[in-house]
Amino acid sequence: MLFSHILNSKKIRLSAIPALFLTFFIFRAFASGESNASDAFAKVRHNTSDTTFENNFETGAAVNEHADGQGEEKFDPTTAIMEHIADSHDWHLWGHTSIHLPVILFTDKGAEFFSSGKFEHGEKTYQGKYYTYGLLEDKIYAVDSAGAIDKEASAHVYDFSVTKNIAAIWVSVILLLIIFRSVASAYAKREGKAPKGLQSFIEPIIVFVRDDIARPNIGYKYAKFMPLLLTVFFFIWINNLLGLLPIFPGGANVTGNIFMTFVLAFIVLLAVNLNGNKYYWKHILMPDVPWWLYPIMIPVEIIGVISKPFALMIRLYANISAGHIIVLSLIALIFIFKSLAIAPVSVAFVLFMDVLELLVAFLQAFIFTMLTALFIGTAVDEHAH
Amino acid sequence: MEELFEGILNHHLGFVVWSSLAFLILLLLLKKLAWKPILTAIKERERSIETALESAQMAKDEMARLTSENETLLKEARAERDLILKEAKHLKDQIVAEAKAQAHSEGAKMIEKARVEIENQKTAALAEVKNQVSSLSIEIAEKVLRKQLENKNAQEALVSDLIKQVKLN
Repeated sequence: MLFSHILNSKKIRLSAIPALFLTFFIFRAFASGESNASDAFAKVRHNTSDTTFENNFETGAAVNEHADGQGEEKFDPTTAIMEHIADSHDWHLWGHTSIHLPVILFTDKGAEFFSSGKFEHGEKTYQGKYYTYGLLEDKIYAVDSAGAIDKEASAHVYDFSVTKNIAAIWVSVILLLIIFRSVASAYAKREGKAPKGLQSFIEPIIVFVRDDIARPNIGYKYAKFMPLLLTVFFFIWINNLLGLLPIFPGGANVTGNIFMTFVLAFIVLLAVNLNGNKYYWKHILMPDVPWWLYPIMIPVEIIGVISKPFALMIRLYANISAGHIIVLSLIALIFIFKSLAIAPVSVAFVLFMDVLELLVAFLQAFIFTMLTALFIGTAVDEHAH
Repeated sequence: MEELFEGILNHHLGFVVWSSLAFLILLLLLKKLAWKPILTAIKERERSIETALESAQMAKDEMARLTSENETLLKEARAERDLILKEAKHLKDQIVAEAKAQAHSEGAKMIEKARVEIENQKTAALAEVKNQVSSLSIEIAEKVLRKQLENKNAQEALVSDLIKQVKLN
């Protein structure tokens, strides 16, 4: 019996190719899984034997060293990805080159200032003026002479370092200032004329924020909030875009950092509530319900006040982090399979994700600004409900 | 849960402070250096475009008004021309008719005159012919008589004839 007639259709022949690819990769995954199994087991045993891992800083460093030594053997995608999306005291450039960012610590005894290069990527401790400091998972702790974390002393050490994300914020701040200063000067130079160059790229966006975000949501009082909305919009957008760049000065996950989104959301919270008019506050403190419902209604309304910016914070953080995690996971496939053959597939998917992330970068900036405008709109709305 | 928040202030307060500071500085600087001039310029330009459009519309309306005015003027002029032409034609017809009538009457008069003249000439000619005829007949009669009365006998016969006639009376 001949089966060749099955392949007669062009469509079927075409679909056979990806099917073969898929089979190939599944087998490869099985193969590498088996070869990794013994390593993974060894690692588990290693970790269980070092029960003091959490307390003993030196051991932590030893593990790091161990991982570095056999980096090719033991690749843990979760750790690698989380390291990449997290904040850091070094700004990695390429290979083993990175910028050591300054460490600024406020302790109960005084301020400390030194380079993060002193830690040598967490492998060494640094003897400061007041305490000895160690770096574990890119967090600075005070350690004792043996190298174990001194929890008591660590509670008095406040990390005010210029981290990668702080530096990236400065980069974006400087970029924004340069861009908008030049655009503003273009307006002064070409007064009343049609926009040109960068100005003609930026202007539609500014007009978009004004006409499609601020005006419909806030109403005639929109002008007062335009600086905040525009700054929030462009700050989030440019940081989303810089976050997509894999190399310096991008690569920092600023808007995917929950503390950054917390700061933005907190500023929105202040902007909304400091501008709330009497109708807004009456709606919260004296809602139009029977008085005996107040014990329920007032807490609910107050939760509502907080939950709105809270949702903003989580939304931006989760969207941007998720995008980064997907891209990093796709790249990690190459290292999981330990095969260059997977690279074209990974790169193709990463390319697709990056294009999608370009959209998400704009979309999230738009949504954040849009909802900010909406919340401000409800706070300054003059109609009594 | 507690672990999640353990040391959160130690590790992240700095980030929050620096990033808020950076953002607020950015907000203030951009507000002063960028948003105010840009938004004012955009608004200014929008206003100028609006006024330009408005004045263009007004000019267009004015133009349309002028055109329609011209149109009516032209129409009026055309009507007037038609009227004048009509009048002229009428006048011409009248003049032609008048001339025709005059020519007619003049011709008739002339014909009448000619007829009268012809009549006169005819009468004159007839009278002449009559005179001629009578003188001729007298002459002939004279000649005939002269011939008849050439000899003496004829004369005596005649006289005796005539005397005979007279005797009767």
